[in-house]
Amino acid sequence: MSLLEIESASVYYEDFQALYDITLKVEEGEIFACIGANGAGKSTMLKTVAGVLVPRRGRILFDGQPIDHMPTYKRVELGISSVPEGRRVFPSLTVHENLLIGAYRNRKGPWNTDAVYELFPLLQPLRKRQAAGLSGGEQQALAIGRALMANPRLILMDEVSLGLAPVVIKRIYDAFPTMIQNGCTILVVEQDVQHVLAVANHVACFLEGRISLMGKPGDFTTEQITAAYFGV
Amino acid sequence: MDWINAAVQGILLGGLYALFAVGLSLVFGTMRLVNLAHGDLTILPAYVALMLVNALMFNPFYSIPITMVILFIVGYLLQRGLLNFVVGRGDIAGVIVTFGISMVIQNGLLLGFTANSQGLDAGRVENLSIKINERLAVGWLPLIIFLMSIVVITALQVYMGRTKMGRAFRAVSDDQEAARLMGINTKHIWAVAMGVSLLIVTIGGVMMGIRTTFDPLLGSQRLIFAFEAVIIGGMGSAWGTLLGGIILGVAQTLGAQAFGSAWSILVGHLVFVIILAFRPQGFLAKTVTA
Repeated sequence: MSLLEIESASVYYEDFQALYDITLKVEEGEIFACIGANGAGKSTMLKTVAGVLVPRRGRILFDGQPIDHMPTYKRVELGISSVPEGRRVFPSLTVHENLLIGAYRNRKGPWNTDAVYELFPLLQPLRKRQAAGLSGGEQQALAIGRALMANPRLILMDEVSLGLAPVVIKRIYDAFPTMIQNGCTILVVEQDVQHVLAVANHVACFLEGRISLMGKPGDFTTEQITAAYFGV
Repeated sequence: MDWINAAVQGILLGGLYALFAVGLSLVFGTMRLVNLAHGDLTILPAYVALMLVNALMFNPFYSIPITMVILFIVGYLLQRGLLNFVVGRGDIAGVIVTFGISMVIQNGLLLGFTANSQGLDAGRVENLSIKINERLAVGWLPLIIFLMSIVVITALQVYMGRTKMGRAFRAVSDDQEAARLMGINTKHIWAVAMGVSLLIVTIGGVMMGIRTTFDPLLGSQRLIFAFEAVIIGGMGSAWGTLLGGIILGVAQTLGAQAFGSAWSILVGHLVFVIILAFRPQGFLAKTVTA
């Protein structure tokens, strides 16, 4: 049984259909990458898994259990945690308080504030600073740390490298193996294909609300991926 | 000396206004809801206390903790049963629904208790005062109310700053959707915020009922005082709200001292308008943006 199964899900924003019959499976312990251009539906898919959006048709199973009508906060209790697009750290809270909010549901597991500071040492000296004053890279590290504090089984990452310097992007991708070792499965959405394909076990390319290509990254040539990405 | 006396009374009155205002500010802060029923919800606890006192025949001070529990529950259920449906649907929906609640409370109280003024009799303490000299005396009751406002604001600051629940309040206030993604049930948080708001208002409402009389139609005036205290002090700062309450209270008592008691409320409003013109963000506003 896969950790996450999306079965022919169709998702709408009011009258606008954003996803058409999406089906995919994410296995426990892997890095699953979703790539695609702006507006292809990758983030919509993540929001549907997190519970921000509800599919009009189709099902979402987490660990075999249907979750598509479960409120967001209960999904966190089951072990689905998010690194939202744009980071969305709580600006008026300190770095340390942001991390503590991540642990709001008290799920047991290997992650606590010390473990997060060890994973991202750059956060340690900032612990008493308000998150509003952090740089983009620091906020992204904080957003990931905050999601880990929930001790997730599945972590949803939306556009983790968007707007960050290459050195920061590297530091974030370097943290992935530690996260996997500690029992996380990673579902990551990216526009920046190069980095994510180097680490992903599976990839799905989104194009206009549909999956245009899916499989192991090594099975495809760059030309095939480019074609699936741009739909040419 | 009369002026000093008026200023001291104004400061003490400010504590009472702050007790009404922090709840309003808490609700606006956590869910961006402008609660037009807040004024009437300062009157309601006085009537609840009146019923308890009539039924159990004890000193109205003892009714405060029981009334606080009752109003917390009322606030929680009001939010979960009704107001949660308007949060996040624009300002107008919240304004209309809370205006409706205000009408229901006012008319419900009129039906149940008539328009006559009522009072809560706490006995001797109502008239005791500390005499500082021949012309300056501080009443025990206004002093107790003022000290209570300081205790309440300190407790609220500790609750918001140090507890898990307070942290969740601030997170929800910063970003609702991100808070939900972190596992926070925002509907529950909003309901607790409304409960805490009414719990605080109960202290002010019952103490005011002991200090003076009350009737079902006083709510709208108290709502305006509460708004003015919050805005003068600055959004998001509980100590600012206390400062705002004090400025408003002093303006009213000094206005009465200068021009006669009929001018008291008008002078308070004028001072508010002047401050709004020159410092619209208030004195101690605490706002953080990403």
